[in-house]
Amino acid sequence: MLSRTAENLFWLSRYVERAENMARLMEMGYRMALMPAAASGNRSEWESVLSASGCAAGYDPDAPLRQEEVANFLIFNRDNSSSILNCFEYARANARAMRTAITAEMWEALNNALMELRRPSMHNLAKNELPEFIDWVKKQGALFRGATDSTILRNDGYDFIRLGTFIERADNTARLLDVKYYVLLPETSMVGDGVDNYQWTTVLRAASSLRAFHWVYRDDYSPHRIAHFLILNPFSPRSLAHCAEQITQHLERLARHYGQRHSVHRQAVDMYSLLTQSDMDEIFSTGLHEFLTDFQGRNRLLSLAIADAYHFGGQ
Amino acid sequence: MFNEMSVDDQIREPYRALVDWMEASGPEVLEQKRLEAETLFRKIGITFAVYGEGGDPERLIPFDLIPRIFTSGEWRKLDRGVKQRARALNAFLYDVYHNAEIIKAGIVPADLVFRNDAFEPAVIGIDPPRNVYSHIVGVDIVRTGPDDFYVLEDNCRTPSGVSYMLENREIMMRMFPDLFKSLRIEPVESYPDMLLKTLKSIAPRKCDREPNIVVLTPGAMNSAYYEHSFLADQMGVELVEGQDLFVHEDRVYMRTTRGPARVDVIYRRIDDSYIDPLCFRPDSVLGIPGLMNVYRSGGVAICSAPGAGVADDKAVYTYVPDMIRFYLGQEPILNNVPTWKCGKPDDLKYVLEHLGELVVKEVHGSGGYGMLVGPASTKEEQAAYAKRIEADPGDFIAQPTLSLSACPTFVESGVAPRHVDFRPFCLVGDNVRLTPGGLTRVAMREGSLVVNSSQGGGVKDTWIMSD
Repeated sequence: MLSRTAENLFWLSRYVERAENMARLMEMGYRMALMPAAASGNRSEWESVLSASGCAAGYDPDAPLRQEEVANFLIFNRDNSSSILNCFEYARANARAMRTAITAEMWEALNNALMELRRPSMHNLAKNELPEFIDWVKKQGALFRGATDSTILRNDGYDFIRLGTFIERADNTARLLDVKYYVLLPETSMVGDGVDNYQWTTVLRAASSLRAFHWVYRDDYSPHRIAHFLILNPFSPRSLAHCAEQITQHLERLARHYGQRHSVHRQAVDMYSLLTQSDMDEIFSTGLHEFLTDFQGRNRLLSLAIADAYHFGGQ
Repeated sequence: MFNEMSVDDQIREPYRALVDWMEASGPEVLEQKRLEAETLFRKIGITFAVYGEGGDPERLIPFDLIPRIFTSGEWRKLDRGVKQRARALNAFLYDVYHNAEIIKAGIVPADLVFRNDAFEPAVIGIDPPRNVYSHIVGVDIVRTGPDDFYVLEDNCRTPSGVSYMLENREIMMRMFPDLFKSLRIEPVESYPDMLLKTLKSIAPRKCDREPNIVVLTPGAMNSAYYEHSFLADQMGVELVEGQDLFVHEDRVYMRTTRGPARVDVIYRRIDDSYIDPLCFRPDSVLGIPGLMNVYRSGGVAICSAPGAGVADDKAVYTYVPDMIRFYLGQEPILNNVPTWKCGKPDDLKYVLEHLGELVVKEVHGSGGYGMLVGPASTKEEQAAYAKRIEADPGDFIAQPTLSLSACPTFVESGVAPRHVDFRPFCLVGDNVRLTPGGLTRVAMREGSLVVNSSQGGGVKDTWIMSD
């Protein structure tokens, strides 16, 4: 496979996943803001969403940190390279640059998403019915992944697509959890009270994992269990452990396919072992935020190592 | 004007079943189908960008639902005529890069070939695989009467539009399954397979295995990018850009996730002048430095071969009937349009005196740009154009304004005749192959003769009825 094609596939699926995760972040902000006691947090929900999105630096410092402005920035702003609109624009541009590497169904999913998103009525939907807009975005991600899953050849291209998906998803689950960090009151007295628990369930909701949580734990919500579900539980499809497992597997498939191993394979296994060997008590005691920051750093390095191993970026 | 559907209110045979069907369906159904077709095109993403016009870079070419239909008898003549031309053009190309017999025989003037910008001294004496230069010949044909076909021009480099032939058919079969069931229409879908066979058959001398074939595109910003990716996909070969290829020693390789992979046949959709910055334009970022050296030493085949453009020059065109007689010893089956060469003093005089009746074209132009359509022009435009001709007469040719045939076409006011032309795609390799079909282009504006998609022309499916 052409290196340029592999790189395009990798980034294409990262952009689709990123768009969806921007929507999930907003869902969390939206729900937290509905809470009467939210004002007791030391920062506003929308400010947290912005921080966790990683695009705060591009936000107009004079603009109010309200739903309308922040959502508009995260969805439609052309200067924000991670805005949902830009994610779909880049994804489609990548797809167009390698139409032969994706199926007609995948192309149609991306093309339709962008065509709809460019419609002026989408601005109204996002402004007046944010939850509905968020559902629309999640649906586009599902359509693309569904089209991919049911139509693409299981060759190396598939592996690069999946690598992109899980590298991005791992990053985003870590960010979702971090919103909680930004919102949470620093005083330990607040931990475990009603507000705190509500906020934790919001994280679950944004990860579309509320029901799954019950099936797995058959018990009440607790920050401990929720964090476990999203970080260490390999059965949870958005957990860091699951993402790391998938990344390891797809890199392994590439190694077998090409008969070549690179340092990236070692790095992926290290990341996976870190997640299988940690426990939540340890993570909470050293600090959730610190753990997540460290994980995001490793994940970034892993992405660079993939690019290096498969000759992305020409020579 | 010859209306291909009806003559003196009599529906012509090939259109009868279609007309019955259209009448039975009624205008609402047809309008509904038209909207469906547009949605389908947009969904698939077949678009065509027009250089320098701004606006939507992914504009759709208007697709007209009403097919253009040829009888099997009409097609037999076109088929033989097009293949004959493709053979003669390739014989001419081999000749001018070797012994130039046709020039020695005094049939084609030396200056016209050797001083032509498209003549490529770098390939003199090289024998391309099977001595073929132009592997895909797109012949533009117009019709003026039931039996009167004229060749308007030949395209020997990288004729585009074949993806429309295939996609138009795909859409028509989705929209009108009943018609396809009840009529016997020759299929066109074997084109990509035939193209692949042709490309495999021209593997270079040094290739000792199943050749690795790629399609070379300038990139996603090119107006024909859709077609490049479509053909690569249909053939199951890689679509590469210049940056993906490199020369190492005497071979060409592409960069892959596994490391370098050797490339044997390049179906390039970029111009000669861009393919190798060491040999041609040094400022080209699209090309592959050193490619021409590999080509010369038989390490890679290039389709179309560098230098093939000298055969489709508009001034060389006028000699194609002579080429057919000279190389094949046959009489041309398809006629040329009578042409005045402004480089000749007598012709120039005639052209300047009759600008209002003629179509004048730049010899090296393409895409319908920079031409004067006499009857549709104002006095001022004619005067301005006359100045351009006088400044460099050799750069212009003129032809009579042919009364192009028309086919029924969907327009705002309903169904009305619009002028059409036709481009079949002839493949030349180990064999000369021609798919029964082609691209029918239609001028969407009433009375307009300009069918180029870059100038707002549309396309139609073309049906060849089988016996």
